[in-house]
Amino acid sequence: MSDAASPMLEIRHISKRFGELSAVNNVSLTINKGEIFALLGGSGCGKTTLLRMMSGFETPSEGSLLIDGEDVSKVPPYQRPVNMMFQSYALFPHLTVAQNVAFGLKQDKLSKAQVQAQVDAMLKLVHMTDYAKRKPNQLSGGQRQRVALARSLAKQPKVLLLDEPMAALDKKLRSQMQLELVDIVESVGVTCVMVTHDQEEAMTMANRVGVMHEGEIMQVGSPSEIYEFPNSRHTAEFIGSVNIFSTKVLHVGAEASQMSCADMACRLTVEGGVNALEGAQLEVAIRPEKITMARTRPEQEDNWVQGKIHDIAYLGGHSVYHIKLPSGMIVMVTTTNINRHAQRLTWEDDVYLYWSAASAVVLYQ
Amino acid sequence: MQTGRLSNWSKSFLSLGFLFLYAPMVILVILSFNESRLVTVWAGFSTKWYGELLRDPQMLGAAWISLKIAFLSASAAVVLGTMAAIVMVRMGHFRGKTAFASMITAPLVMPEVIIGLSLLLLFVSMGQTLGWPGERGIITIWIAHVTFCTAFVTVVVASRLQEMDQSIEEAAQDLGAPPWKVFFLVTLPIIAPALISGWLLAFTLSLDDLVIASFVSGPGSTTLPMAVFSSVRLGVSPKINALATLIIVTVTMAVFVAWWIAQRSLKQTTHISK
Repeated sequence: MSDAASPMLEIRHISKRFGELSAVNNVSLTINKGEIFALLGGSGCGKTTLLRMMSGFETPSEGSLLIDGEDVSKVPPYQRPVNMMFQSYALFPHLTVAQNVAFGLKQDKLSKAQVQAQVDAMLKLVHMTDYAKRKPNQLSGGQRQRVALARSLAKQPKVLLLDEPMAALDKKLRSQMQLELVDIVESVGVTCVMVTHDQEEAMTMANRVGVMHEGEIMQVGSPSEIYEFPNSRHTAEFIGSVNIFSTKVLHVGAEASQMSCADMACRLTVEGGVNALEGAQLEVAIRPEKITMARTRPEQEDNWVQGKIHDIAYLGGHSVYHIKLPSGMIVMVTTTNINRHAQRLTWEDDVYLYWSAASAVVLYQ
Repeated sequence: MQTGRLSNWSKSFLSLGFLFLYAPMVILVILSFNESRLVTVWAGFSTKWYGELLRDPQMLGAAWISLKIAFLSASAAVVLGTMAAIVMVRMGHFRGKTAFASMITAPLVMPEVIIGLSLLLLFVSMGQTLGWPGERGIITIWIAHVTFCTAFVTVVVASRLQEMDQSIEEAAQDLGAPPWKVFFLVTLPIIAPALISGWLLAFTLSLDDLVIASFVSGPGSTTLPMAVFSSVRLGVSPKINALATLIIVTVTMAVFVAWWIAQRSLKQTTHISK
């Protein structure tokens, strides 16, 4: 993949307004060839509207959209080199599986033999060859998804759009299909943009994730970048769970910076400098699994708190503890249940929590 | 015990309801096989009135006119009703949409006498100012029937369109079919059951109409219900019973076919939306 870094889809300052309501607000985004990109956000964040602008079902109020260097902002959906897999799969109920897959190819005036060859190849790709003559209502949910995928890949689109691809499947099938779908998409090598509200789905399937909120893209990065280095409170809270301390900057240094926090008896130290003046208010995020819990006071001078166990959620593989600090703040801690017979901490136990300076992330927005 | 008594109660009420609805028709069907010339006196089984009916040129002529009008009205109403339904369901919001929707379905609630009278006035004034229609007849009955049948077809097709997942049409566009092709390749086959049941509904309504047709008909365009009504006024002949029996059989079959098609398509869509 020598051209892996060249852009396939470019979104330039796109906005979409429905009357007074602004659904997408000045979004710019570049998606590279062969990439699987996930737009992640809650309901009403504009991710679906953005996807529908890529497919051509919505026209942008402002801005432009380029596919493979060509401006397609004004091109109707039936002339775009883009195919979409719909959330409901939208299979044609009156056609068989093979006819569904052939539908797009027939619009291109291909010969019968060419259509048949491509249909066979696609059904083989999604392991549905034996079901070619069935109608959609004779298929299970997972099989329908395979047909929908085959149908949207049949025309060899430049960009494949997936709208909530797993929403119609039950949980067990979902995790299996996520990996299978990625395998198929990667084997074809098509550029893929998906929309989802499920952070696990986005992180499992995508190379890069764009977190959307209120019509804007908050952060774009690889799943681990977004999880470990969230740039805003919204991203930090949307992806996984997080403890957020409100702090005041005491000292900014090149190696480490110190802050004071009303909820803590000691100082809070973060690695490296912070982009703020002394005396400024900053929020610092710490993920629950990066905090260690002990009965005795840690040796480190900074980055610890003391509290009582307020709640325990035992989840099998790990447990989530809610610790109440003297100030009333609740801190979440996750521990892995490695030992079967370990004597675990229980309700109302006094505990110390501590973490390293490298674990804390400063949130600027 | 409790449920048994309850179900006996509901059973007897149900039979009472059926009796109320169907007894008149059953009596009519039985009497159509009556030997006697007197309608209400039973004198033995015979099919002679069916034979008489087939030898009555006036009735046969009226039946032929009615069937022709019903066929043409139903066909035109399906075309217009489908177009109206698409405008109402698929075109989003536009100025005057509410007015359009209520006007198209107004004939459902408007008394037939008023529809008939207003159409008569329209035809008369058109005849005076435009010179057309010079004479009322099959054409004017057809126009009148299309007007009210369209309302029924619109309602049937609109509800089917509303149920249909719109992303199916979007998927067809996404795969490269321009809008007109989407309509013929995807929308039309999916809503076809609604078109068929709408057509059958319009057909029976048109076949059945007496009031509106009486207003807008002219010489030489006597429909079957009009012929029946006028002959009944001269005294009920057992021939009419035979004719009514035939109509009941036809209408029942049409309704049953419409119901069967609707059921089948319902089954298909519920499977899809699961």
